[in-house]
Amino acid sequence: MVEEIRLPEISENVESGEVIEILVKVGDFIEKEQSVVELETEKAAFEVPSSVSGKVIEINVEQGQEVKVGQTLVKVDTEASKEQENTASAEESISKEEESAAEEEPATEEKESVIEEKTVEKTPNKKRTEEAETGKQTSETKDKEPVKEPERAESAEKKVKPSAAAVPASPSVRQLARELGIDISEVSGSGPGGRISDNDVKGYAKGLISGAPSPGPKRQVKAMPDFTKWGDIERKAMTATRRKIADTLSYTWSNVPQVTQYDQADITTVEEFRRQYSQEVEQAGGKLTITSIMLKVVAAALKEFPIFNTSVDADREEIIYKKYLNVAVAVDTDRGLLVPVIRDVDRKSILELSVELTQVAEKARQHKVSPEDMVGGNFTISNLGGIGGTNFAPIIYWPQTAILGVARSRRQPVYIDNRFEPRLILPLSLSYDHRIIDGTDGLRFLRWIVDNLERPFLLIMREQAG
Amino acid sequence: MAEKNSVRQLVVIGAGPGGYAAAFHAADLGLKVTLIDTEPNPGGVCLYVGCIPTKALLHIAKLLSEIEKAKKWGIEVGEPKVDLKKLQAWKESVVGKLTRGLGHLCKRRKIEYIQARAVFVNNNTLKIERKRNDTETMSFENAILATGAIPATIPNMPHDSPTVMDSTAALELKDIPKSMLVIGGGYIGLELGSIYASLGTRVSLVEMTPNLMLVSDQELIAILVKRLKKLFESIMLNTKVARLEQAKSGLKANFEGKNIEKKEGVYEKVLVAVGRRPNSANIGLENTNVRVDDKGYVIIDENCRTSAASIYAVGDVTGTPQLAHRASHQGMTAAKIIAGFDTVFMPKVIPFVEYTDPEVAECGLSEKQARESGQNVKVTKFPWAASGRAATLGENDGLTKLIIDTETERIVGVGIVGAGAGDLISEGALAIEMAAVASDVAMTIHPHPTLSETLMEAAENFLTGSVNI
Repeated sequence: MVEEIRLPEISENVESGEVIEILVKVGDFIEKEQSVVELETEKAAFEVPSSVSGKVIEINVEQGQEVKVGQTLVKVDTEASKEQENTASAEESISKEEESAAEEEPATEEKESVIEEKTVEKTPNKKRTEEAETGKQTSETKDKEPVKEPERAESAEKKVKPSAAAVPASPSVRQLARELGIDISEVSGSGPGGRISDNDVKGYAKGLISGAPSPGPKRQVKAMPDFTKWGDIERKAMTATRRKIADTLSYTWSNVPQVTQYDQADITTVEEFRRQYSQEVEQAGGKLTITSIMLKVVAAALKEFPIFNTSVDADREEIIYKKYLNVAVAVDTDRGLLVPVIRDVDRKSILELSVELTQVAEKARQHKVSPEDMVGGNFTISNLGGIGGTNFAPIIYWPQTAILGVARSRRQPVYIDNRFEPRLILPLSLSYDHRIIDGTDGLRFLRWIVDNLERPFLLIMREQAG
Repeated sequence: MAEKNSVRQLVVIGAGPGGYAAAFHAADLGLKVTLIDTEPNPGGVCLYVGCIPTKALLHIAKLLSEIEKAKKWGIEVGEPKVDLKKLQAWKESVVGKLTRGLGHLCKRRKIEYIQARAVFVNNNTLKIERKRNDTETMSFENAILATGAIPATIPNMPHDSPTVMDSTAALELKDIPKSMLVIGGGYIGLELGSIYASLGTRVSLVEMTPNLMLVSDQELIAILVKRLKKLFESIMLNTKVARLEQAKSGLKANFEGKNIEKKEGVYEKVLVAVGRRPNSANIGLENTNVRVDDKGYVIIDENCRTSAASIYAVGDVTGTPQLAHRASHQGMTAAKIIAGFDTVFMPKVIPFVEYTDPEVAECGLSEKQARESGQNVKVTKFPWAASGRAATLGENDGLTKLIIDTETERIVGVGIVGAGAGDLISEGALAIEMAAVASDVAMTIHPHPTLSETLMEAAENFLTGSVNI
């Protein structure tokens, strides 16, 4: 019997994903729960398991293809056994695959023939751009190189962009927009006939900064220079994860006024504690790290300073306080930084947190972390200490309101009791949403974390009390 | 001045309106500039053999026609006599005064001016040929190519014959031939034909296409053609010159085409005015990364950059419309970019003027172009027959047209035919650049009586109806 493996419900609001890799071939025998296709959505990458075991007889998707929930990924013959090789059907589907791959070949863009002299003289701008575009493609022969694919993409992009010259704005207003890095065609004019004034441009710029809804797309795209003039290049599409990261960070950068403060903690004592108990934790299946200890400290800090456990609803001018303590931890993977969330941190012991963190990090590295694992965080810890660095200014992971950066600890001489002592010093940084958190509170929060790292018994005392 | 063999910060090749504007502006912005041209002073085609001498002579043509008109107004000065030598000298003096003036401006800006030919050796080096066997190489950080365009020729025509002229030769005004055939119904053919016709030459004009001034609004051109028909002996449309051969009394032309007026004609002189081609060959561009299109135009972007990072290009060598004012604006754009400013050459309109009698001037979209692009426009006109000022000048056949976007009431095109149209069009260009709506022009008080009122009246006509028609 032939079963179709379809894309299951991934998570709320996720209706489709992009095929990163097809993990099976036609003719493969697969077990139930074996991953067949690796998929990437805007939120995460994950593998789709087979609901049955049997022989793969057809693959219905291609790498890079966008698939919707419910769409068939592969067909599996559940009755076939390893002995029954059905080569005919295998060959058939392979050729089918090749066929569709051929169709994927990008169609060569048709070069626009030079427009009639008639129109040319009257519309120099149009001619300009077209010359620049078509010229790029036609006059390559001198270089004895084939026309480069990326250039086509670039010129195609240019074509759809409306000419700034067609916009109802005076030359000086157009220049102003250019200087502000604003695409004037995005600005709506308040004057008669839709004329754009300098105030319209300034207002639009303010809107971009303050995050007020703007009529046009939020990202400003400046024209790219033609890099091929200076050497060979290669263009690669951003992965869905990368696009999502880029989008969120751009949004945060232009909408959240954030401040970063720095401090450092003497973790000599904590480090001793960590070494002492690391084996115990290891036996439980986890790794006792500064990050897992930090999770506990941060959870306590967030309880002490509830303003850091919020989100800002700019539209309604409200602050949303959260009654739960989910903390996200940035994990370095070959797909980019993923941020799985550890839930209810305040209700878990350091031991439990260590085990959970170890597991989730491993899942993230193996691309097995699900979109569900990555949402609902209130605060983020980004520990780059494993790589090094003296300190850094992390960007808030919107819609959170703060993020803690952890750099590499170093043994440093500290002047204590009339002499220098080697102490382990951990550089910390805290970025927060300055709209709702004042600098003094920011520093108090950071100091609190430092104090509790330096004197961990404070934490234990409170915990017992609470 | 830059020292010999040192790397020049900016070298501008060609000192026409594009090149000298670029050089002067760059120097004003603090760059060290070297300007190279084959002439002793800046000016280029525009000043030496284009705009300026043509306009000087067209002024004479206009004057002669005014003298003729004056007879009707009771003024008789007798038949005008043309002293060719004096006329030439006057024209030369106009050119000389302006080019020397540019030479002074060049010196005042401490621009290194080199009278030489420049050929690219690579993306950062030029070979400078002052004279034969007097060459040197010059390195540069940036170069602006502004070598312009040269008259196009027709294959299989005896271009070497002294009786066949291009625009440059025609402007020398060596003599006033009894008869002349002008090949090409574009602005160069019409302007030069008008000059010679006014001076007494029997001018015949032949044009391959069904219209003169193909790119222009034919409603405006029709008014010009009406006058040209009186000035010229004949205007042959849809006609091609198949052959041109030497005959006893000049050149014999054989015509081809449907329903042609005549099969052949003999003319003392022939003027070939079939357009201009970019001056991009033989200047070593093949040694650089500069790319040219199939017509020889250098390909540039909106910053006037070529595909070679160190080389910019402006003016006629980069494409159409081949107009001095486009070139100088491009030149200034390139200079600003090299000086580190962020700007682009992206005008809404580049006005075009035909300096015939009457003048024809246009900017923005023509009625036809607007309709072809699917834009909803309304065309509003003000005939000069209703203009007081036009009546006092005897210019009753003029016409001012506004092309207005129906939805926004923005002015998207302006066309004018009549005396001084070239000077009137700037208001239209400003209106379009400023995104003016019809009421902006209508509510701006224009002095009375002037021809500029026709723009205001046309706008009023669109809104509520002009009080004068």
